[in-house]
Amino acid sequence: MESEKSSHGANHHTNVACPFCGILCDDLEIGPSSEGLKVLKNGCVKSVAGFERKLVEPSPQVDGKDVSLDEAIAAAARLIRESHLPIFGGLATDVEGVRAIMALAEKGGGIVDHALSDAQYRNFKVLQTSGWVMTTLTEARNRADLFIIAGSDVHKLHPRFFERIVCNEASMFSDNPPKRTVVFLGEGLDQSAVKGNRIGEVLTLPVKTDRIGEVLDAMRALNKGATITGDNIGGLPRAAVEDLLERCKAASYGVVVWAPPSLSFANADLTVQAVSEFVKDINLTSRFAGLALGGNEGAVSAGAVCGWQSGFPLRVSFASGKPDYDSERYAMNRMLYAKESDLLLWLASFTPDLSPPDTDIPMILLGTPSIKPARTPKVYIPVGTPGIDHAGIMVRVDNVVSLPLRKLRNSTLPRAADVLEKIEAAL
Amino acid sequence: MLIKLTGGKVYDPANGVDGEVRDIFIENGRIVSPEPTAKVDQEYPLHGRVIMAGGIDPHSHIGGGKMTIARMLLPEDHIGHEVARTELTRAGVGHAVPSTMTTGYRYAEMGYTAAFEPAMLPANARQAHMEMGDTSIIDKGAFVMLGSDDFFLRQLAGKADFAAIKDYIAWTMHAAQAIAVKVVNPGGISAFKFNQRKLDLDEKHVYYGVTPRDIIVTLARGLHELGVVHPLHIHGCNLGVPGGYETTLETIRGAEGLPIHLTHIQFHSYGTEGDLKFSSAAAPIAEAVNANKNVSCDVGQVMFGQTCTASGDSMRQFVNTRSADPKKWVVMDIECDAGCGVVPFKYRDKSFVNALQWAIGLELFLLVNDPWRLFLTTDHPNGGPFTWYPHLIRLLMDKEFRRDRMQTINQDALKYSTLASLDREYSLYEIAIMTRAGPARSLGLVDRGHLGVGAWADITVYDDNPDREAMFTTPELLFKNGELIVRNGKIVKVVNGGTHVMRPSYDPGIERSLKGYFEDYHTVRMDNFRLSDDEIVNGGRGSLIIQPTRARAA
Repeated sequence: MESEKSSHGANHHTNVACPFCGILCDDLEIGPSSEGLKVLKNGCVKSVAGFERKLVEPSPQVDGKDVSLDEAIAAAARLIRESHLPIFGGLATDVEGVRAIMALAEKGGGIVDHALSDAQYRNFKVLQTSGWVMTTLTEARNRADLFIIAGSDVHKLHPRFFERIVCNEASMFSDNPPKRTVVFLGEGLDQSAVKGNRIGEVLTLPVKTDRIGEVLDAMRALNKGATITGDNIGGLPRAAVEDLLERCKAASYGVVVWAPPSLSFANADLTVQAVSEFVKDINLTSRFAGLALGGNEGAVSAGAVCGWQSGFPLRVSFASGKPDYDSERYAMNRMLYAKESDLLLWLASFTPDLSPPDTDIPMILLGTPSIKPARTPKVYIPVGTPGIDHAGIMVRVDNVVSLPLRKLRNSTLPRAADVLEKIEAAL
Repeated sequence: MLIKLTGGKVYDPANGVDGEVRDIFIENGRIVSPEPTAKVDQEYPLHGRVIMAGGIDPHSHIGGGKMTIARMLLPEDHIGHEVARTELTRAGVGHAVPSTMTTGYRYAEMGYTAAFEPAMLPANARQAHMEMGDTSIIDKGAFVMLGSDDFFLRQLAGKADFAAIKDYIAWTMHAAQAIAVKVVNPGGISAFKFNQRKLDLDEKHVYYGVTPRDIIVTLARGLHELGVVHPLHIHGCNLGVPGGYETTLETIRGAEGLPIHLTHIQFHSYGTEGDLKFSSAAAPIAEAVNANKNVSCDVGQVMFGQTCTASGDSMRQFVNTRSADPKKWVVMDIECDAGCGVVPFKYRDKSFVNALQWAIGLELFLLVNDPWRLFLTTDHPNGGPFTWYPHLIRLLMDKEFRRDRMQTINQDALKYSTLASLDREYSLYEIAIMTRAGPARSLGLVDRGHLGVGAWADITVYDDNPDREAMFTTPELLFKNGELIVRNGKIVKVVNGGTHVMRPSYDPGIERSLKGYFEDYHTVRMDNFRLSDDEIVNGGRGSLIIQPTRARAA
């Protein structure tokens, strides 16, 4: 491929896609440094931490003792064979890794779930009950004149979101695009990245995160012509809510942005639903859309591949041979807490920070080197990171775009998909 | 290994063979004509059986983001339709929107060996191909959507050189690994993003100032001159709108004799007569199709029951959300490229509108007289799941059965349709045209869709059961590239199908403007937008079948 040839010398890569958050920026430049890789251009705190992590190549282990990869694979297969109900969790991997997990979970008769699916289910439940109007990154970047950031610390989850989607100077629809209004609906949200020529007003409406739904429900009711009494709506002055509604109605293309991981409270799906129903209603007369973010650690790829292969977005059991779906019963964390499983296979291939849950059931850990589980796993197989140690594909947070990941360095760390296929073959 | 299929009745319209008893020989995956003395290694005595090429579905939504949205949207539709893993096959689900592997198994079990995804967004092409890569056994291919993407609309509005527009069309076919091009509500998906709610054939896009007619003619001429075999695949303006048939007629006239394919034409054949201002206009549409040899179409037959509509037509689907059943739906604006709308539907036989839609589809089948230009589809899953095909074939072949079914539907609907007066019954030969030879010829599939010497041995063997629904539901044998895949409706071997693509030539200079466009406006770089061949092949999971174009005309 042309882009892999270097105009700057050996091992200098341009247009590199970054797997370390759901946005999958693909404009990075990466070159060699004395200690490994260096992000030369378009980096952020997450990509620098990820790409510049030193290569270490520890040995696979069984019960804490170094063994060969083949011995570790044989031990893992034995554990799965002997398990009554294994959980295949974590799933922080690329498309090929999820494909391999799905095949293994079918054959091993287990449950699949992603590490961050509690957050994903704040969205999936809304999809499964009422649906939504959504947009994607490029569409929002070029078209939106109003952004509402709903209770989500977007900058922390996605350090380049504002730079690339909100503060971009060029728009394909005008040589002199109008300034944008950015509304932060929530408390303590980092606004530092919202700056530059495109940004007009920046408003802060300090509402508690778990009351955002009330505000959106009230705006929806007001928009329908209903009467709402009281001067206070969800903790905001009524006038502020009415003003926000007027701004939404006046926008040529408004976008409400939320990141489900930030909506970390009970029944937060109802907040996502309030946002989505409001957006639907505004679309009866003008254009508006939602943009859900999050999806770090390969969560989007896991949901998508599980969705197209099994019909269901995660939390599927193959114990009977058929896909058996129950988003409550087969939630990994609930099952571990209730001790309904007797084996956890945990897959985390992007960062050493995605540690497995602390559980006393036996564990097979396919992890990034330096991952620190609370207890020694029965089997530990260090695996490579997609986009650094091997090529791959991931699905972006808007569930439309997928991006190719490249192999940037030579390492002996195996690809998770290859390890999983060998375990499956050994079952 | 030489395989002999002995004594079957062969229906091979591409070679003019209409039910003659013939032996077929297979060697190395292809149909051969061996020396009389050659040793036959395996023989299948097929006396009295019906033999056709493997079925080819030219319009079935099987892969891409909107299908996975539909799958996730409707867990309740999967319940009761779960399929267990076997030693050969993977687990899955299947009713309105089957999971990927199950989709492949169901097609094979029904005697089909290829299906084409008709609405692949360039921005979503990678995922569409990954889903198709997980669709077992059958060959696949996809039509890439153009016409509401901003690069093309900017070219058209900016009066770009026609050669540059053709280069862009061809570049997109390469980049997205497509075999053909589809336009959906031409310009309308983009116009909806600017808050336009309808866009008639001669109505101007509020921002770009171009009309659907401009878009259709430009794309149709572009494809014709590029030598792409399948003509522009048109999902016209005003889908589902009463009175929309006039737009359809005007679209045919507006093609100026250029080859065009009008897809799911049933949804575009509605009149405005009667108390409910909804009636069949199948007769004038069929008359126009019959009279214009440059036009081909597929029907998009409606079948009764639960399904899920999934379309790139965000503008029309937003209107259809009012009829969502169950009441949940997704509409998306996508990447300055396209859009989508996913709306579950339940077609009811006692509903006036749904019954009339069913009747209009059948009328079109029975009134269009050239099966080479009319293909059998339900626009899966929009009119109904593809698993209805055997039932639909019986409706076309058996007028008594059709009459019985007509008794069960809303009787008022029949008053606004000519269906009751139509006695035509399709022959096996005509069915073989509509489901094999016609789609293969229209798509430009070399050595597929026929049973002549040299063809790939994709072969379906049926019991000649007078109950045509039973016959087409459970073929006795299915061979894919000469390998036995299905016996008595059950899969006995699983293989990976290939992906058909077509690659018209273009001036790579177009990439200079595309590269800047992607860097200035998009969130993906051009080099990452483009799919490589390796992504399709993926270490043997898939393979590429590159179909030849005709000569580039200009």
